[in-house]
Amino acid sequence: MTALSRKSIRWGESILERVFFLCAFLSVITTAVVIFILIRETLIFFESVSVTEFLFGTRWTPLLEPKSYGILPLVAGTALIVVGVALLALPIGVACAVFLSEYASARARSIIKPTLEILAGIPTVVYGFFALTFVTPLIRNFIPDTQVFNAASAAIVVGIMVLPMVASLCDDALRAVPQSLRHGAYSLGATSFEVTTRVVVPAGLSGIFAAFVLAVSRAIGETMAVTLAAGATPNLTLNPLESIQTMTAYIVQVSLGDTPAGSLTYQTLFAVATVLFATTLILNIFGTWIMRRFREVYE
Amino acid sequence: MTTNKDLVTSQRLRQRQAKATFFKYFCIAVTGSAVLILGILLYQIISDGYRWVDWQFMTSYPSRFPEKAGILSAFVGTLWLVSLTALLAIPTGVLAAIYLEEYAPKNRWTQLIEVNIANLAGVPSIVFGILGLALFVRFMGLNRSVIAGAMTMSLLILPVIIIAAKEAIRAIPNSLRQAAFALGATRWQVVRAHVLPAALPGILTGIILALSRAIGETAPLIMIGALTYVAFLPESPMDEFTALPIQIFNWTARPQETFHELAAGGIIVLLGVLLLMNALAVYIRYRGSKS
Repeated sequence: MTALSRKSIRWGESILERVFFLCAFLSVITTAVVIFILIRETLIFFESVSVTEFLFGTRWTPLLEPKSYGILPLVAGTALIVVGVALLALPIGVACAVFLSEYASARARSIIKPTLEILAGIPTVVYGFFALTFVTPLIRNFIPDTQVFNAASAAIVVGIMVLPMVASLCDDALRAVPQSLRHGAYSLGATSFEVTTRVVVPAGLSGIFAAFVLAVSRAIGETMAVTLAAGATPNLTLNPLESIQTMTAYIVQVSLGDTPAGSLTYQTLFAVATVLFATTLILNIFGTWIMRRFREVYE
Repeated sequence: MTTNKDLVTSQRLRQRQAKATFFKYFCIAVTGSAVLILGILLYQIISDGYRWVDWQFMTSYPSRFPEKAGILSAFVGTLWLVSLTALLAIPTGVLAAIYLEEYAPKNRWTQLIEVNIANLAGVPSIVFGILGLALFVRFMGLNRSVIAGAMTMSLLILPVIIIAAKEAIRAIPNSLRQAAFALGATRWQVVRAHVLPAALPGILTGIILALSRAIGETAPLIMIGALTYVAFLPESPMDEFTALPIQIFNWTARPQETFHELAAGGIIVLLGVLLLMNALAVYIRYRGSKS
């Protein structure tokens, strides 16, 4: 090989490396652009609406007269959906994880794991359909007063939707607990229930907590199921049988209409999205931090 | 001889064991209920929609009249969207993963990128929709075109592809690279001729799963204004379009029962496509693990 061609190879190599770097750096640019766009439009929004009215106002009626821009009803609606995760996805997810890591045979695992993966892979619009055509009629069967669009139905399907994620993260956490801890407890005469609840789950608690935080973040960002099933009524209520609106559902509602760029309604999209983005980002960072910080390291 | 104390102990032991047995079956029952839910969901959809899925359904445009309605424009729109997304996201994602695993120095910049990718993977899809709306649709003036949708989707699935490809590349033993380096190969030669072929099954699996996510996503498409009623097929990346999930959303949001059944028919087609892709991913993973 001549000196020249060797040099040209090095040159090509360094160009390639730069191209690869740009591809990786694209993700940082994406984040930066997201933050820039959200902040810019939100600041313009705050020229017309005060920060206090936006954050603490109790009426959200940007599409009706008299217009009012208090985000609390949307936050309350979102919170109702999160309750579904806390009541449904967390207990069932942890129980699934306990079964998978403590009791299941390899054969049972090979059936349950793919089933959970299929549940996780079903598009959210399908869950919305399921909520509207199956869960809502079921609830109305038992409680006839329930409105056609209601928070309970959406909360239930969102709970089902994040269940695989909770189960799989908790399963990872429990399986990371070393076998020697279990053996130690068994050799002292503990039953499987005692080993699970007093040794394994406490040892994997940080992972379970992290899974919960990440699941809540997923539920807050969930869009299609809540748009279809929970309704479009910004409603400051804690009654899950009423029609509500979440932050994400509001964003969808506005984008389905024809909103001219630059109007105040257009800017509400970004203001709401900023709250949504900030909340989920903080929860995600918190969740991964717990997972890293409190992971028990066993020798 | 059994004393009173022994009796109490054995009774307590029995209680504890009963509790353990109960707990075990409780966990089994709960896990079983998760499987049952999947069963109910699939049964509900198939029983609602199977009558509608036929050739006429696949080859008709949407219509006000349920018996004439079909998913042609939605299906073709989804094909356009996924192809363009694949074209944009696969090279970028795989190259980014190669950089992070094979080239990146261990410094703050690399760490920033890694943390950032992990965080992007958790950003709600609707926020990507907002980004697409502001950046591609309005600022770049791409309007409600397929390409605007594909660019939005690409950004959405990039973190998924990067994370999967990184894992696949990391699983390649270092001895492979060292052997190639020892023979005088440059870094790119090592990557192209040794690392990539060995990591290919893992990377492909990740790509397929990321693309199936793009097929099912609805919210970002609504954000960028994919139309709900489209009676033509896109002929270029600049054309307006609709997609399967949008069509399903539109039918589900209508009050009439019949349109719900059409939605179920659309879901059957959508889930069928996703199932095929998943089966392909499993097959690739299986073949990759054999060699």
